[in-house]
Amino acid sequence: MNLQDYQGVYVFVQQVDNKITGVSFELIGKARELAAAMETEVTAVLLGSNVSALCDELAAFGADKIVMVDNEALEPYSTEPYAHAMTAVIEKYKPAVVLYGATAIGRDLAPRVSARVRTGLTADCTKLEVDPETKGLRMTRPAFGGNLMATILCPEHRPQMATVRPGVMQKIKPMKDAKAVVDKFDVDFTPNHNYVEVTEVIKKVSNKIDIQDAKILVSGGRGVGCPENFKLLRDLADALGGEVSSSRACVDAGWAEKDIQVGQTGKTVRPNLYIACGISGAIQHLAGMEESDVIIAINKDENAPIFEVADYGIVGDLTKILPVFTEKVKEAMAARQNG
Amino acid sequence: MNIVVCIKQVPNTNEVKLDPVKGTLIRDGVPSIMNPDDKAGLEAALRLKDSMGAHVTVVSMGPLQADAVLREAMAMGADDAYLISDRAFGGADTLATSTTIAAAIKKLPYDLIITGRQAIDGDTAQVGPQIAEHLNIPNVSYAEDIQVEGDTVTVKRQYEDRYHTVKVKMPCLITALSELNQPRYMTPGGIFDAYREKTVTTWTVNDIEVDMDKIGLKGSPTRVFQSFPKSLKAAGTVVTLDGEEAADYMLEKLREKFII
Amino acid sequence: MNFMLSKEQEMARTLFHDFAENEVKPLAQEVDETERFPAETVEKMQKLGFLGIPQPKEYGGQGCDTLTYVLCVEELSKVCATTGVIVSAHTSLGTDPIKKFGTPEQKEKYLRPLASGEKLGAFGLTEPNAGTDASGQQTKAVLDGDHYVLNGSKIFITNGGKADVYIIFAMTDKSKGTRGISAFIVEKDFPGFRIGTKEKKMGIRGSSTTELIFENCIVPKENLLGQEGQGFKIAMQTLDGGRIGIAAQALGIAEGAFEETVKYVKERKQFGRPIAKFQNTQFQLADMKTKIEAAKLLVYRAAVAKDTQKIYSVEAAMAKLFAAEVAMEVTTKAVQLHGGYGYTREYPVERMMRDAKITEIYEGTSEVQRMVISGNILK
Repeated sequence: MNLQDYQGVYVFVQQVDNKITGVSFELIGKARELAAAMETEVTAVLLGSNVSALCDELAAFGADKIVMVDNEALEPYSTEPYAHAMTAVIEKYKPAVVLYGATAIGRDLAPRVSARVRTGLTADCTKLEVDPETKGLRMTRPAFGGNLMATILCPEHRPQMATVRPGVMQKIKPMKDAKAVVDKFDVDFTPNHNYVEVTEVIKKVSNKIDIQDAKILVSGGRGVGCPENFKLLRDLADALGGEVSSSRACVDAGWAEKDIQVGQTGKTVRPNLYIACGISGAIQHLAGMEESDVIIAINKDENAPIFEVADYGIVGDLTKILPVFTEKVKEAMAARQNG
Repeated sequence: MNIVVCIKQVPNTNEVKLDPVKGTLIRDGVPSIMNPDDKAGLEAALRLKDSMGAHVTVVSMGPLQADAVLREAMAMGADDAYLISDRAFGGADTLATSTTIAAAIKKLPYDLIITGRQAIDGDTAQVGPQIAEHLNIPNVSYAEDIQVEGDTVTVKRQYEDRYHTVKVKMPCLITALSELNQPRYMTPGGIFDAYREKTVTTWTVNDIEVDMDKIGLKGSPTRVFQSFPKSLKAAGTVVTLDGEEAADYMLEKLREKFII
Repeated sequence: MNFMLSKEQEMARTLFHDFAENEVKPLAQEVDETERFPAETVEKMQKLGFLGIPQPKEYGGQGCDTLTYVLCVEELSKVCATTGVIVSAHTSLGTDPIKKFGTPEQKEKYLRPLASGEKLGAFGLTEPNAGTDASGQQTKAVLDGDHYVLNGSKIFITNGGKADVYIIFAMTDKSKGTRGISAFIVEKDFPGFRIGTKEKKMGIRGSSTTELIFENCIVPKENLLGQEGQGFKIAMQTLDGGRIGIAAQALGIAEGAFEETVKYVKERKQFGRPIAKFQNTQFQLADMKTKIEAAKLLVYRAAVAKDTQKIYSVEAAMAKLFAAEVAMEVTTKAVQLHGGYGYTREYPVERMMRDAKITEIYEGTSEVQRMVISGNILK
């Protein structure tokens, strides 16, 4: 393998119902930094059916080029046609780097592709850098339940592939009227025994805001005491215009839904404000929230590890503090509106 | 029906702690457990066995101590067990690992392969789909429900905002989520049988057909450049306040930070 | 000499520990406060084979050894002594005598459902006037054609009212003293058998402890266990086994209280530092732990003796005597180290201290154990 034959930073663009998933923009944002350091370009790989309308959006978020495979076989997502298309793209275009979102799609597709083209794949990365000398990709990821960070290289194989955790990289401010070179690439999809049949698509009905998009999170842990006390958190979140999230303990106890769980086995969040209520702060939880801009922690136990990452820690009883605080926030908000 | 379940012995990462002084991981005394997603996969296989009859084989790659999780699996109800263990497999990344496991599974009869979504020590979620690729069979990841009828498996496949109902013909590979079910307990008699009446067959590199260039460290495209304990940011201020005072304090801080 | 558990015993301990933490501990406080028999736990244990651990596989048991059964009672009792004694009374007192003295027909009819846990067992020896002196039996059994007629009552019967099968002792020939006692297998639905008053107890409050009343109770002749006149021997040999179960319960209670205490002294601060930093605490913990370990060795040795020796009365008596006294001492110290909180229901150690006391009393008081041990020395 001649490493020099492989050039360019490629991003697999995840679209669902012809809407691009946020992590794809984050990856393009990061790919721009990597491409600059490697002195190359950013290519978005857009797979789907009737997706050409999405190209301008990709350009606005920083893609220099777009490789588009537009075929009915790519709707809805299914492992084999997507793996087939990605493999064809890699074989034809020989990218140096391919990034995927570490989503339910990316983490299914990328391993299948990596085994097919026999290259390395680093899972769920939280940091990507370019080695200043070799120009190789340094992929850093948490392991051991977030206790350890490992930096991984893929020195002798190309492309260097990684799945990247959503919510960690920064997308750029969209550039108005940006255009990218679009290369429409035709791939033959002949069904074989690896094709499966998707007989039903059931969308989860939820009018809640994804906690990853929330600017303010009021998060509850075991110390909330009982499911009824989550009402106190909801009241505060409503007063602040934020959302409620939770630690794993509450999800396991059935007090909170899985989709609001923060942490290693939940979601990574970086809101402007994270209020941790009765969360002790196991490392698995910290892994999912410590990048938050401001962290306030309320806990009865002064030795709780959450206080080690909190900007402001309050040792006290959250059931006494939260109702008073919620009222004061409401007053402050009202005063601001009237003033 | 022959079901192969891949299981991994992992340190219970919930009990791994950081040495506050040295900043290194304290791994001593951390118990080893069956990886939770794999346990859910095993439970799914055992439920199929209970409802429609199946032969359940468990396979693990790891050091000889991994014998314990295979015995545990048999104590839960698996029929037989294979441990793939050899120094030659050491240092493998997910690609080399999946190559090795796939080579072992090729020697076994299988209609359905179930793996856990991911292991709690590595969290890669890559080995399952990669095994399927090496065996050239379809895979369905993130299964929340598994039903078998004839030669077809129907899987409720989880995504962030939806489910797909996927029909797939066997042989195929399914990756299971720990949400799939509540795994059963072992039974005391099952434990005694697993140790006294059943065997764990150990396969070394000589027992499977595999290209030596594709296994172990040598067969691994990725390399660990460095690893380091996660650094926590500097501690902030901690105060002991209650009710009214605490509320005022927080309000003041939010104002300072221009949040409200 | 080997002090290591086998791999299968270690794994079984993990199983019992996980079950106790996940299924038993969450109910322990409520079961104690409401004096409620934890039927749902018994049902779960039945499905998992916990009610037939040392029973032969050919009769639907788990085919494990006595030590594994001891590990089960110990782990359950760490979090809930009530659950521990349900298993112990069922296994050692309700099931073992049928395994040891039953005819093939009795084993088929009774050992099988007891070993699978489908039915729960109990044991009735104690009477209002026959406690430590079990020879003073006043319950009478008179043979009448193809059945015996039982009259009398039993008290303090563990699993009373919850069990399906009872091993009942009664005089068939008063003139022969202890050699006139016989043992019977009595089903809960036999005519003339009913459950009397339920005791209100200091500890193990979820365990159902009742009176058993026999008023012209008809017991088929084939339900005589062993021979007529063998009852006292059956009772004493059964209690040798039962004492190992109670010793395991006592050990578990002590360990449970110790674990709670270690956790507490690390958290609780006085004079600006955790109380674990004070030498008094440290030395107390050292003594507690050392005694627990000593008790554990005696209990495990008695369990092994039951499987390897014909007679193990002394081993069982020493194990129960020592483990029960350690349980009482450790739980008392645990409450003391918890201070005022230890005296409240907010922490489990006050329950454990109340639970510990019974282990010095039932299945032979500590005094009876001393009699057994010294009798053996001076024989």
